[in-house]
Amino acid sequence: MAFQDTDTGRPGAAPDPSPGNRGDGATPAIELRGISKSFGPVQANKDIAIRVMPGTIHGIIGENGAGKSTLMSILYGFYKADAGEIRIHGKQTAIPDSQAAISAGIGMVFQHFKLVENFTVLENVVLGAEDGALLRPSLAKARKLLKQLSDEYELHVEPDAKIEDLGVGMQQRVEILKALYRQADILILDEPTGVLTPAEADHLFRILDGLKREGKTIILITHKLREIMETTDTVSVMRRGEMTATVRTADTSPEELAELMVGRKVLLRVDKTAAQPGAPVLQVEDLRVVDSQGVERLRGVSLDVRRGEILGIAGVAGNGQSELLEVLGGMREGQGRVLVNGEPIDLTGTRSDARTRRRRGIGHVPEDRQREGLIMNFYAWENVAFGYHDDPAYNRGPLMDQAAIRADTEAKIAKFDVRPANAWQEARNFSGGNQQKIVIARELERNPDLLLVGQPTRGVDIGAIEFIHEQIVALRDQGKAILLVSVELDEIMSLSDRIAVMFDGRLMGERLPSETDERELGLMMAGISDTGGDHDIAEVERNLAHPSGDPHKES
Amino acid sequence: MDKMPKWADVLLIPLLNLVLALVVSGLVVVLIGQDPFEAMAIMVRGAVGSTYGWGYTLYYATNFIFTGLAVAVAFHAQLFNIGGEGQAQLGSLGVALVCLFVPWPHWSLALAAAIAGGALFGAAWAAIPAYLQAKRGSHIVITTIMFNFIASALLVYLLISSLKAPGMAPETARFPEATRLPFAQDVFAAIGIDWSRSPLNVSFLVGLAACWLVWLLIWRTRLGYEIRAYGQSEPAARYAGISQVKIVMVTMLISGALAGLMGINAVMGEQQRLLQDNVLGAGFVGIAVSLMGRGHPVGVLLAAILFGALYQGGAELEFETSVPREMIVVIQALVILFTGALDNMVRDPVSRMFLRWGRRKPTPQPAGD
Amino acid sequence: MDFLTVIQILDSTVRLAIPLLFACLAGLFSERAGIVDIGLEGKMLVAAFFSAAVAALTGSVWLGLLAGIAAALIFALIHGLASITFRGDQLISGVAINFLASGMTVLIAQDWFSQGGRTPSLSGTGRFNSIDLPGANALEAAHAAAESPGMGLSAIYWELLSGHTILVYVGFLAVPITWWVLFRTRFGLRLRAVGENPGAVDTAGVSVVRLRYAAVLICGLLSGLAGAYLATGLAAGFTRDMTAGRGYIALAALIFAKWRPVYALGACLLFGFLQAVSNRFNVIDLGLIEIPNAFVLALPYILTVVILAGFVGKAIPPRAGGQPYVKER
Repeated sequence: MAFQDTDTGRPGAAPDPSPGNRGDGATPAIELRGISKSFGPVQANKDIAIRVMPGTIHGIIGENGAGKSTLMSILYGFYKADAGEIRIHGKQTAIPDSQAAISAGIGMVFQHFKLVENFTVLENVVLGAEDGALLRPSLAKARKLLKQLSDEYELHVEPDAKIEDLGVGMQQRVEILKALYRQADILILDEPTGVLTPAEADHLFRILDGLKREGKTIILITHKLREIMETTDTVSVMRRGEMTATVRTADTSPEELAELMVGRKVLLRVDKTAAQPGAPVLQVEDLRVVDSQGVERLRGVSLDVRRGEILGIAGVAGNGQSELLEVLGGMREGQGRVLVNGEPIDLTGTRSDARTRRRRGIGHVPEDRQREGLIMNFYAWENVAFGYHDDPAYNRGPLMDQAAIRADTEAKIAKFDVRPANAWQEARNFSGGNQQKIVIARELERNPDLLLVGQPTRGVDIGAIEFIHEQIVALRDQGKAILLVSVELDEIMSLSDRIAVMFDGRLMGERLPSETDERELGLMMAGISDTGGDHDIAEVERNLAHPSGDPHKES
Repeated sequence: MDKMPKWADVLLIPLLNLVLALVVSGLVVVLIGQDPFEAMAIMVRGAVGSTYGWGYTLYYATNFIFTGLAVAVAFHAQLFNIGGEGQAQLGSLGVALVCLFVPWPHWSLALAAAIAGGALFGAAWAAIPAYLQAKRGSHIVITTIMFNFIASALLVYLLISSLKAPGMAPETARFPEATRLPFAQDVFAAIGIDWSRSPLNVSFLVGLAACWLVWLLIWRTRLGYEIRAYGQSEPAARYAGISQVKIVMVTMLISGALAGLMGINAVMGEQQRLLQDNVLGAGFVGIAVSLMGRGHPVGVLLAAILFGALYQGGAELEFETSVPREMIVVIQALVILFTGALDNMVRDPVSRMFLRWGRRKPTPQPAGD
Repeated sequence: MDFLTVIQILDSTVRLAIPLLFACLAGLFSERAGIVDIGLEGKMLVAAFFSAAVAALTGSVWLGLLAGIAAALIFALIHGLASITFRGDQLISGVAINFLASGMTVLIAQDWFSQGGRTPSLSGTGRFNSIDLPGANALEAAHAAAESPGMGLSAIYWELLSGHTILVYVGFLAVPITWWVLFRTRFGLRLRAVGENPGAVDTAGVSVVRLRYAAVLICGLLSGLAGAYLATGLAAGFTRDMTAGRGYIALAALIFAKWRPVYALGACLLFGFLQAVSNRFNVIDLGLIEIPNAFVLALPYILTVVILAGFVGKAIPPRAGGQPYVKER
């Protein structure tokens, strides 16, 4: 155990990560002292201190809203810290803007990539780092350098490909190449594996290892304990804007980190009994969806979900899962046959919208609560009626019965422990977890026969995650059918009774959670069905070169 | 940052914006060699210093209530209807047709029919841009602008051909006497109050009723709920089963109908005949009125009266000094600029100020990033 | 219609297309950088007024041109302030600018000249006069003398190509220059990037604000040229609201051209042609078919709507257009 209380402000707090490698006198590649930042009344960072030695990988772990990203934004010159100082290789450095961060040798790979979609890889790489007023020489030089870099670090990318034609894994490489092209020696990655298959993630970590051996310093921000344990040398834990501990990874355990993140003991597994599946509620046959660009997003999906079971759909974001939920939820048209409780539902025309789906007993917790599930500027009570606003109980004659809606809201808020328990608060002023509770309360309390759930715990704190998982399992135990879509493989593995893997608009097959593992699912997510044999990363990449999907949901 | 009290948002900031717009307008008056304070005094006296002034002020305000509500309703669905001008012109045509070609026994029947006619024609003129937006994705701002030009060409054509009255001027015949709406002076005379002659007529009451109905629509009905939800987030509307085509169409039809209703005031109430341009920019004033009124019918009503006063005051100003009427257009532009586009110029410092006050009694808040 | 009439209509097409072209390219720079500009109309109008007013007062059209450009630049800065610095609604700012221009020009015209909101007529050095290309006059004289059909073709030279003001030639030159700047320079790369994903530009260490201001100012410069040409090249002085919706038509042309310089030239020539034809229809009696004058007047607007509705259904505007940039992770 090597916990250090950073609140004492002793800069020498972080332990030397690689004994024997570097002497005690080595200067940290990056050192933060007493960084504080508040947005209005919200203190996002409070007296943060970190030291990261050159040639190491340092993890920063914390829940959503713990202040990790604010800290990194300060490092990259997006925000100015209210107090504190930044030292790069021992030298105090002011970072007023991104330009300063770049010249200090900091490169950042954001969670949402900062790429111009209709530009080529080359154009994206040179953007902002051109050599002169004319483009041609800059591009020629970049082409040569890019080749060198990709050979050196196994970062192969087609320089003339347009970003919009590349898979997310490739796009991430472009981001890394951008940083290397700018000669970054400190690389910060914000939640880099959210969009990757396990194989791609492994490959990414091999690349990072390579960079580390070259002497680059890497900061990895994540909420995934496993990544921290497997890849980092040292790790800092953040909670509510404060750095609660910095520790050598080898000296800690996932349970300990989780407790440090949340501030109490947490259950890392979902408690549930075996499913008692009954008659099929949802039967999907040969479902196809073509998007507005004419691209086929679903290419003949067939599946069943029965009473009392959770079918989990695993897959990398953008492989058709969103479209599956949307067409079943009535947000999009499709072709094929869909039966609910044995009766077909319309997939096109005027009787195919979210309203008619709800009447058929389909509840829907959408993937993106801020864009779809809630109206952020509406009060909590207005959101509780959302989608069910034509319910006779909510209306009196031609007018809406606001008193009735508010009374219903109070009840739901109490039952689902939404905080603050204020029906007159606008949705945007609730935390992510409480926003999601409002959506879940609304959809679950309608007692649907079939519940569609997309990314139920994205951007939700651990406490709320436990609660939401319990609610979903409880609904299953009442004999409801649940279709769960999540890009978090852990969530799929722990919640589902059956797992189907989706790739490029098709189902690659189904597995039972007890009979499969992450490696197998990972290969299926990359479109490889022969999961017995040996497969290398190149094969995975070839398969993932052109995944389809709605880019806004790829996060 | 939500530390700003509601009254600051709905009252203080619009007021500060207005003051800024007036200060800059004052500078413009100085620029053309006039005394801004004297100009202001003339305008205030002219607008609200007599029953005559009030009559004209409220007459203009009635026009702006209709066009302001039209813009406001569309704004709630995130649609920017710049076509109020053309829709009001077509609405005027509808009113004129009702008055010209049906022999009405009493003004009240004629008014009811004219309301229907004006609303119908206004709505029809908004229908095509609405359809193109809903189905073809043609940007409604551009199409409604084009429809303004087309509307004025259409009126020009009708008034030199089929609807033209004998004589030189491109205008229709006078409406029958039975369609004349009671003026304010008639109404007040009936209860023994002396009110100067002005074009203020019962349409003003229709305007007030429209304010109330729009309030009811937007904040109390399902349709209003759907309109507001659609305006806030299109994907969310789809998620809730709210049809995009329906909302865009219905909202624009209501918006166009409201703009068209302006015709009962301007054509039936005042001119008693259709001219080439009865609207005279009121459709555009609606944009300023709606922005000032923050899209709320009460706000629209107050802003409409303010602009009514501005128009009446501006007319007096032109009469008494050498400041041309276009001064009003400048003031109107500045109000749109400051309340609509430069809003954050005032809002940011004000909210910072409230934040500083608010910090004295700190409230615990979850950290967010 | 004989050949010469066709040439004359084409000649008039060129004249009428030029203000549209300048305005369209102005909008192109702005919108490619993510700033939607429906205030082209207003900027053209102030530029038209100040160029005519200063030309009338000084007798120099060049000083007029500078004044027009300066006025348009000031209005562009207002738009920049509203939409870049204060992150306001770009459409509303544009509307405000159009009204401001419409009111101010008449107000100042009345104050300066007292001629009912117009400037005195310009003549001599107060206007841009046409430039005769070498040999054009001789050819025209030869054409007038000999009625041979072969000589008719020469009208393409002396009527269509020759005899325009310098701004016409500048306008045509502006098209390849715009293309080159956008697609062959560092500035162009950054400008296009900032209209697609300002976050990418910002994280690459380039100032979004500065780039967008640059774009807005170029837009001001070009709309200044458009307005100045209108008042001192096409017409001989300023009259109230003389832009008559050209700013909006330029916007429609921009959409039609899918935000590309060379297509913009085509779109503007088409709209210019429509105007030229409708001008011609005013005076030509068709005889059998009676087309109402008002319909001809409205034709460009109707066609714009038709084009917007049909042919450009899938024109993809710059992705970040119309949205103010707020830093986020």
